[in-house]
Amino acid sequence: MSERATGTPTHAIAPASQLGLFATIGRGIATSPAIKRGIGLTLVLAILGTAGQLVVPVAVQHATDAGLLAPDGVDVGVVVRTALLALVLAVAAAAFTMLARSRLVAATERGLAQLRVAAFEHVHRLGVLTQNTERRGSLISRVTADVDTVAIFVQWGGLSLILALLQIVLASVAIAFYSWELLLLIWACLIPMILLAPRAQRILSSRYALVRLRAGAMLAAVSESVVGARTIKAYGVQERTGRRLDAAVTEQRDAAVRAQTIAAGAFSVGVLLSGFALAAVVVAGTYLGIGGRLSVGDLLAVLFLTQLFVQPVQMATETLNQLQDAVAGWRRVLSLLETPISVPEPAAPVPLPPGPLGVRVDHVSYSYPDGPRVLHDVDVDLPAGTRVVVVGATGSGKTTLGRLVTRLVDPDDGAIRVGGVDLREVADADLRRRVVAVTQEGHLFDTTVGDNITYAVPGAGPAQAERALVELGLADWLAGLPLGLDTPVGQRGESLSAGERQLVALARAHLVGADVLVLDEATSAVDPATELRTSHALARLVDGRTSITVAHRLSTAQAADLVLVIDVGRLVEIGSHAELVAADGEYARLFRAWLAATS
Amino acid sequence: MTGAQALPREPQRYALPPGRLRASLALVGRGLRAHPTTSWVAIGASAVYGVSSVASGWLLGRVTDRVILPGIRGDGGIGAREIWLSALALAGVALVTAVSVALRRIYAGIVAYDVQADHRRAVTRRYLELPLSWHRRRPTGELLSHASSDAEAAASVFAPVPLAIGVVVMLAVAAGAMLAANVWLGVLGLAMLPLVAVSNALYERAMSPAVALAQARRAEVADVAHASFEGAQVVKTLGTAELETAAFVRATDDLRAANTRVGRVSAVFEPVLSLIPTIVTLAVIVVGVVQVADGRAAAGGVVTSAFLLSIMAGPVGAIGYVLGQLPRSIVGYGRIARVIDADDDRRGRAGETSGAAAGADPGDGTAAVRLAGATLDVPGPRGEVRLLDDVELDVAPGTTVAVVGSTGCGKSTLLDVLGGLTPASSGRVVVAGLDVERTGHAELARRVAYVTQEAFVFSGSVRENVALADEGAGASDAEVWDALERARLADVVRELPEGLDTELGERGTSFSGGQRQRLAIARALVRRPRVLLLDDATSALDPAVEGEILASLGTGGSADGADAADGADTAPTVVMVAYRPATITRADLVVHVEGGRVVDVGTVPDLLARDAGFADLLQAYERDRS
Repeated sequence: MSERATGTPTHAIAPASQLGLFATIGRGIATSPAIKRGIGLTLVLAILGTAGQLVVPVAVQHATDAGLLAPDGVDVGVVVRTALLALVLAVAAAAFTMLARSRLVAATERGLAQLRVAAFEHVHRLGVLTQNTERRGSLISRVTADVDTVAIFVQWGGLSLILALLQIVLASVAIAFYSWELLLLIWACLIPMILLAPRAQRILSSRYALVRLRAGAMLAAVSESVVGARTIKAYGVQERTGRRLDAAVTEQRDAAVRAQTIAAGAFSVGVLLSGFALAAVVVAGTYLGIGGRLSVGDLLAVLFLTQLFVQPVQMATETLNQLQDAVAGWRRVLSLLETPISVPEPAAPVPLPPGPLGVRVDHVSYSYPDGPRVLHDVDVDLPAGTRVVVVGATGSGKTTLGRLVTRLVDPDDGAIRVGGVDLREVADADLRRRVVAVTQEGHLFDTTVGDNITYAVPGAGPAQAERALVELGLADWLAGLPLGLDTPVGQRGESLSAGERQLVALARAHLVGADVLVLDEATSAVDPATELRTSHALARLVDGRTSITVAHRLSTAQAADLVLVIDVGRLVEIGSHAELVAADGEYARLFRAWLAATS
Repeated sequence: MTGAQALPREPQRYALPPGRLRASLALVGRGLRAHPTTSWVAIGASAVYGVSSVASGWLLGRVTDRVILPGIRGDGGIGAREIWLSALALAGVALVTAVSVALRRIYAGIVAYDVQADHRRAVTRRYLELPLSWHRRRPTGELLSHASSDAEAAASVFAPVPLAIGVVVMLAVAAGAMLAANVWLGVLGLAMLPLVAVSNALYERAMSPAVALAQARRAEVADVAHASFEGAQVVKTLGTAELETAAFVRATDDLRAANTRVGRVSAVFEPVLSLIPTIVTLAVIVVGVVQVADGRAAAGGVVTSAFLLSIMAGPVGAIGYVLGQLPRSIVGYGRIARVIDADDDRRGRAGETSGAAAGADPGDGTAAVRLAGATLDVPGPRGEVRLLDDVELDVAPGTTVAVVGSTGCGKSTLLDVLGGLTPASSGRVVVAGLDVERTGHAELARRVAYVTQEAFVFSGSVRENVALADEGAGASDAEVWDALERARLADVVRELPEGLDTELGERGTSFSGGQRQRLAIARALVRRPRVLLLDDATSALDPAVEGEILASLGTGGSADGADAADGADTAPTVVMVAYRPATITRADLVVHVEGGRVVDVGTVPDLLARDAGFADLLQAYERDRS
């Protein structure tokens, strides 16, 4: 009987995508195509820049063999010429690196901006129920902090990682030039790491997924403590809220420490192995030299090149945890994008007919995901221009009916037809201009009264906002506002009273000029003066339109053309107020109880 | 500031001292001091890493001179033992290096995450302390970003800091080794230090403003997302997702531009920083060769110096990494410090006491509600606005008071002042025998329960939401059920799949508005308050249900003897903002507020007889109903 049962929702956003490492990176890049723009030239520049790293070892080799240890004694001229050439090449390489990095930064930031926007758009495309399964703080972290982890990685660690791999390749080529035997030896030393890497990646990947999950939970806890600040203060529960916050912070910290401890341990193995490689090169190189296969300069060059091998491995220590963090962040954003839209846009939309629209509720049944059925075979025709009021006890399913007519959810069976068209075939943009809901919260955005009224109508200005208020008979209320239309409403509209928030919401709905209005408990929570204003404004708002009002106050029902009485998910009575009172059924009973309570 | 002199001591400021260098040192110093053990392990490991890297360079030079050169040139008999011993020494150094890298990385990470968690705890605790007036002026998204990306930024420098300190040790040892190998080459190697210092200073100067802008833009993106997601249902029903996206695209694009600028600065400076060791290495080779030609140096010394420099190329970049992070950390720290050092606009809260305040007026202890000259001024868009003006009120225990008045007259503000949410600017406020100004939140909440308009629901179970205590603490299940019963929510909760243990979604989205209000009322009733404040707390309820709930307040449920001594067995004093005539006429006393002033106090018949404004208010509702 609970109207919206809670439980483990199957329509929720998954904590993270199940894609593998490379698939995640692939999908991530596909979702942020700008990352790839100009990547070819960027990589060429990066390769040229990295090749500059070879300048010093080669210069050392040449200076040693042809200068320092020249057969005819030390040749200073050769060394100076070598050094100068190396200097020019090194400066050129640095310039290439600068260019490559600048280009990469610009491209990734463009790509990640696309990713943020795609995720943001998707959140608004999701069904209301899906949106409600996810804490807002967690959703925000998916478009902010989670994307930031990708940015941090790509810009600080990612390029380093790509360049490190390049450096390993180039160093390998250079070492092979001096001695292929030594190259094989170096690679052989690294075999254990290559074998261990996939396993380490798997462990790290799950650890970093946990880190991102905890980060989202922490943001949600902070968001709750900030949005609920009034209640927390009113009950003096700062201490308990503080403990909950501390716990969320500590859990995130612990997850992060555990993840990076494993990362550090795993990759110091790489440092160890590359150190062993250096020792092996000394032994084997000396024997090769003694055997006449290698000059002193060659061996020194290989030793320097081995350093170029070691550095990337150490760099990996610094950046691979960033990679895992980034991939975990990427997965969370991708899982959001993978979440199916429960109320999808039609592939071939049918336009709503012009003129007034009637609503046909055609044998509609509905149950919330994983919940019991809340509406059973509701069937009613509401002609265009009718003022309809839906009444029933709390939890009877009347709010759900409003949600169905505004297509916040789709029926399990049957159909909602507006102007003869099944809502599932109507384009969202078309629907939202013609069918508008005023919800019981009357949420406002943190701008001014005027901006909130014109919110849904692009290009509308103060003149339109004022006209909307005047048309609803609210000119005197506007005149009483300290700054008129420029009066700030505060966060969620909290600087206005609940009643005033509803006036703004009504004007906002009026300006949209919809043909069908669904008003959900729109006349509750209002003081008498505002109440009077609201009821007059409502009368003007619904004039000439089809309106469906989900009401708690039966005074609204008295003025309606048609009253629908819902009881435990079934439509039990239909008729005018007078007819239903005369019929002496459920409505008459509700009305008598209400009269007794209010007089 | 005369006010500051009255304080016993200057409070500890969270903000960093002025000046980039002092700020950097304070930031790093405070973080390391807060976690001394882990910091020392990280720095120690990093120093060992520095020494072992130099040792490997030095060993390599030695091996070149004593093993490779003689061996390959065939100058002398080099035994296999010599070669293998050298390799063993190099492998040993590699082991030390690897262990020190692991330790440094792990402990530096712990320091960084601990500092980050410290900032998060400090800033979120501060949110709980700061007054509502402060909260109202700040977008939620901004507060979220202080706790997430600003804390992350403020701590980000601590992961590479121990490495940088280790690199300094490495440079010092390397300089020593180079000086020992060859004085001239050593001096040349040391020339690298001023070059690195100057480049880094320039780097930091270019980075600071870029990073500050990026953090601000990041907060804006969070804020746009927050506002938009909070209003997701309105966005959906009005079909304005495209408009929302357009606003988000603008914020995202600003962030993109700011981030790109940060990235470009580091793209330019980091190659310059790594170019420095290369240049010095080449200079060492040239000078070294000249020295060898003059017979003043050995070839091995040149190789050692060059190799040491080549080892340092990477780590010197780490210093650049630290300095690249520092501006970001300082900016993040500063944004958090502005919250933590924010003015409380509380007056004289220092002398909080439990129970009745010292120097209280006689009669305070017995008064349920007493206001004496209570005045509230708040900053508005056009200067100070007086919300409450010299309010006088005295209410005896057990009275039910209806506060009436037109919209914006100050009814909710009056309750905020009584509930201790907004401190009065002047005058005395006594509730349930406690001077609100001098009483701690927790103490006040034991006697006064305030149900605000919004009926906020926390994520957690029904039980947690009513008891507002951790599992096993606070009210018993029987007490929770009793409160739910009296709030007329027990039937709904019984129908829930897991009863009291049912988890309510964030902000209670699985409940309707009326159910949320009843939950909020149960939350107040379970505390058996002596004074109950209801700010339009029953607006979404059926009048019949509202009447039942209000009637049940008088019965007070079943209180045991211990409570009786505390006076909790008697019906609470109720102060409610009310609109429905039935509710208003039920009250013992009506307080009519207009323009922040109490215009009349009395029973309904008294006021109807003498207060025309009150009669109008009451009739406005009646007219609408008929």
